[in-house]
Amino acid sequence: MAFQSQSSARKTYRLARDNVFAALFTSSVIIGVLVLAWLLIEVFMDSIGWLDWQFLSSYSSRHPDQAGILAPIAGTFWVIILTAVMTVPVGIATAVYLEEFAPNNRITRLIQLNISNLAGVPSVVYGLLGLAIFVQYLFDGQRSLLAGALTLSLLVMPIVIIASQEAIRAVPPSYRDAAYAMGATRWQVVKMVVLPQAIPSIMSGIILAMSRAIGETAPILVVSSLVFITYVPTSPFDRFTVLPLQIVTWVSQPQDDFRHIAAAAIVILLVMLLTMNAAAIYIRAKFQRRAEY
Amino acid sequence: MQYQFTRHLASLRGLLIIGMLVAVVMVACSSDEEPQEPAAQAGLLSGEIVIDGSSTVYPLTVAAAEDFRKENPRVQIPVGVSGTGGGFKKFTAGETVISDASRPIKDSERELADRNGVDFMELTVAYDGLSVLINPDNDWASCLTTDQLNEVWKPDSEVSNWNQIDPSFPDREIVLYGPDSDSGTFDYFTEEINGDTGVIRHDFFPAVDDNVLVQGIAGDRGALGYFGYAYYVANADKLKLVAVDGGDGCIEPNEETINNGSYSPLGRPLYVYVNTASLQREEVKAFVDFYLENAVDLAASVGYVGLPQQMYDDALALVAKSANTGSEVKR
Repeated sequence: MAFQSQSSARKTYRLARDNVFAALFTSSVIIGVLVLAWLLIEVFMDSIGWLDWQFLSSYSSRHPDQAGILAPIAGTFWVIILTAVMTVPVGIATAVYLEEFAPNNRITRLIQLNISNLAGVPSVVYGLLGLAIFVQYLFDGQRSLLAGALTLSLLVMPIVIIASQEAIRAVPPSYRDAAYAMGATRWQVVKMVVLPQAIPSIMSGIILAMSRAIGETAPILVVSSLVFITYVPTSPFDRFTVLPLQIVTWVSQPQDDFRHIAAAAIVILLVMLLTMNAAAIYIRAKFQRRAEY
Repeated sequence: MQYQFTRHLASLRGLLIIGMLVAVVMVACSSDEEPQEPAAQAGLLSGEIVIDGSSTVYPLTVAAAEDFRKENPRVQIPVGVSGTGGGFKKFTAGETVISDASRPIKDSERELADRNGVDFMELTVAYDGLSVLINPDNDWASCLTTDQLNEVWKPDSEVSNWNQIDPSFPDREIVLYGPDSDSGTFDYFTEEINGDTGVIRHDFFPAVDDNVLVQGIAGDRGALGYFGYAYYVANADKLKLVAVDGGDGCIEPNEETINNGSYSPLGRPLYVYVNTASLQREEVKAFVDFYLENAVDLAASVGYVGLPQQMYDDALALVAKSANTGSEVKR
């Protein structure tokens, strides 16, 4: 009897502890979500009445009611597409090499260590690197879209490589062994076994990396710094601006109405980000269904 | 496996094609944006005038660029905001045609321009009145002398309470707000009040964005801060202006006192620097003329104060002379 009551007391205690921790974890989730929701609501409220077709189809202006974000939207699209085109093949190829081909020696480990460290370097450092290497050395002072995209692709390359490596590592070794047992070469194994299995995760890694690139201000401020642009870039060698830079400039203007169009621009940036993330989820779901049979 | 992979490849190819289509559509759309009426506007100017520099002068230059492009839509005038110093870096390297500046060019920057063979001229385009601000609930400090400001802001200042500035002021902690050291406003204020650029006490709230200073001062009864006149005009309901006594009595910054120079020493000129060689280009000359001719209205529209008309006329004459000779005109 005594034993039983002791055990039930312990049970109550354990359950109470369980509840405390459940409450703790729930509240941390709620705090995070609430802050985010508050921020979003604030931004949406601020943008009401300012977000219209005129806003999307005009260039910047000193009059908040005439200003628009055509140039930064076009610039952002250009930069992201160029960045993706340059980052994705190199990133995946590097990951494949490191995981499937590279010998496990000192040099490989050094490369691996460097990639992990590069993922943590502040973005403004990449901006300065891009300014020195691309703008001043490679393009002779031309602050072009290509220079911006190259800079951003340096910035997100480590993220793409690490995500792709994780994805490749997640492919069961037994798949590879089976293919090797059937006489496949290393390249055949990579092409027919590893990549098809890994692509869904690689894709979501890429999209998340691109979402990071789309929101970067600091490196673009160093490479471009232009915010009043009245044309849509037509070639990778044109000058450009991007949405985050435009937002920062508007927020720091003295007149209050600029805060409203900044909020409207933030909404557009969020829509672009969410679309990209949705695309990542869709692609992953689509490929995963196929990969399972 | 082969089958599965080809299907993956097919999907990838689909994505690639979509991507390429997007790119093509973007290019197509953007080329539609080019003005397509060359016949009707045959005599019009075209070209690109790249401007960078001070974020203080930025609204004024954008205003000029915007209005100039209404008449000359084929001239592109991209404007950047890398700060007075950052702007001069590009300008002295010959990267930009015009540089916005909220302080005069430094000797080191001048040397750089010489070394790179960049001739330039300095044009004053408007005045800004560096305004000293307090909280609206502060009913004691309506006027401060420049000596008092120096007592508060000097590097080893001991002032931490309003009654240390003046015994008649109440016993209330003083909280200082100012732009951070990247700003031309900071350079100008420290030069005028503390005697040397960049010399200042370290325990104030620095901000990159002047709107942060507005919020800080508006929410703190003991606050004292300074920033450009345009930020005061846009937030006049939240802040209280302090008159500054530079030796000739208490003077508040307003359009009249800034324009006629009596708001001294905190009335400061705003400049644009023009690459003299580029004045040979018709569109650059036209833009600079337009800027100077309309500066009074443009300045008013963005919260700055125009110069006396005579100064613009002199500047226009200088520009004309320099455009003819193609060389630097010393003033």
